[in-house]
Amino acid sequence: MPSPETAANAIPIGNASSSATVLLQARRLGFAIDGRTLWHDLDLTLRAGERLAVAGASGSGKTLLLRTLAGLEPVQTGELIFHERPLSNWSMPAYRARVVYVPQRPALPEGQVEAALRMPFQFRVHRHQRFPSNRARELLAMLGRDEKFLQQRTERLSGGEAQIVAMLRALLIGPDVLLLDEPTASLDARAVGAIETLVESWLRAQPQRACVWTSHDRQQLQRISDRVLSLGVVA
Amino acid sequence: MSAGYINLDNWQLGFAALLIVLNLAISVWLRLGLGLGRSLLVASVRMVVQLLLVGFILDSVFALTTPLPVIGIGVVMAALASVAAVRRTRRRFPGIYWNSLLSTLGAAFVVTGAALAGIINVHPWFAPQYAIPLLGMVLGNLLTGISLALDRFMQGVARESGVIESDLALGATRWEAARPLISEALRTGMIPTINAMMVMGVVSLPGMMTGQMLAGAAPAAAVRYQIVIMFMIAATTALGTLAVILLAYRRLFNRRHQLCVTRLHTIGRTD
Repeated sequence: MPSPETAANAIPIGNASSSATVLLQARRLGFAIDGRTLWHDLDLTLRAGERLAVAGASGSGKTLLLRTLAGLEPVQTGELIFHERPLSNWSMPAYRARVVYVPQRPALPEGQVEAALRMPFQFRVHRHQRFPSNRARELLAMLGRDEKFLQQRTERLSGGEAQIVAMLRALLIGPDVLLLDEPTASLDARAVGAIETLVESWLRAQPQRACVWTSHDRQQLQRISDRVLSLGVVA
Repeated sequence: MSAGYINLDNWQLGFAALLIVLNLAISVWLRLGLGLGRSLLVASVRMVVQLLLVGFILDSVFALTTPLPVIGIGVVMAALASVAAVRRTRRRFPGIYWNSLLSTLGAAFVVTGAALAGIINVHPWFAPQYAIPLLGMVLGNLLTGISLALDRFMQGVARESGVIESDLALGATRWEAARPLISEALRTGMIPTINAMMVMGVVSLPGMMTGQMLAGAAPAAAVRYQIVIMFMIAATTALGTLAVILLAYRRLFNRRHQLCVTRLHTIGRTD
């Protein structure tokens, strides 16, 4: 059972042991927007195998926290450390190839779903790997979609389908850490279950993986996380 | 007057203005609203006043015999063009005016200078009778190119920030994420120039060529000047829009491959 904790002292509970490798660490992170402090002195340690949930009311900065962890927002105060190296020592593309953020409302390029899935493999940072075509079809099948889905145009996808494509795309490039921002917000119950299973099997497939979720659904947070980081608890 | 053209007196200018007054009358008669009529009137008056003034000024400018004042006039012209280019766009970011000035100045001076000294072989190289009109034509076209390209780029960044950030989040470099927008913006900026070159001589007889022929130049000679000026315009527009877009790109995408979309804001209206 996860328990709410304050941002300042999130302690791991559940099945991730405190001896596991630390993948991602945030030290004394602070974020202010338009003169309003969203959080400060936020410490966070994400260990291999862990599933961390970020909870908090709307406007508490859950999305901004994930975006900061993804390196999409500049670190205002504090520091981020990934694999024992500060973020400033990482080349951003290399870091983001391993710590992948999936936004709540994914924006996909115009064109077919398959092209959208293949797109990241054109980036220099992924050029050493080839598009895992079979794996894509496998994962798609797990989500209850067939081959035809790959030929659909992204402009015609529903919000939920776009989330599925974005999730799939993130998984296919093989990250170490997934940052999932309300990844199932527009999905029906069956698809929610499928996504949760998918992330779970991805997480267990290799030891050096971890993920961070945000969700408004308390029951879901209990299902999918080992511990909860509550934003907006500390003043 | 011994020149091979007809000098126009004030009466003749007045008759030309009647052509516009006729249009104004139609628009009043059809009650098309005051807005359009008023803009037409203001634009006409501005055009007449500005041109008459410039006519006076150019008389003394063309008499200049040292390069510095000519360059000074060129810088002022480029500065005015760069401000006008930005003012026609709908968004702003810090430093946009400097970016525009730098690109306008750089592109227009390099190309005009090369044309004066290396192609047309004017003596002295700064001869204002050549330098100022050529620079003016180049700037007029560059201005349109820069404002179109900048507007398209900023609009792309604002509207497609989701796609851009998805790319960045998946490991794209800022260049990889911005490249489609950059090439789209450059394409947009070049459209008027390319269109003009496509139909030149077939649909339109360009103003400078017409002017030279009215002044008595042989069409075959006027055409040669027109070819040079069109290449100058195309080169300047390509160079200037590329520069301004690359500078904007560096403003809106930082070294940490982050999109700084908050640096971009919309302004109320453009003129």
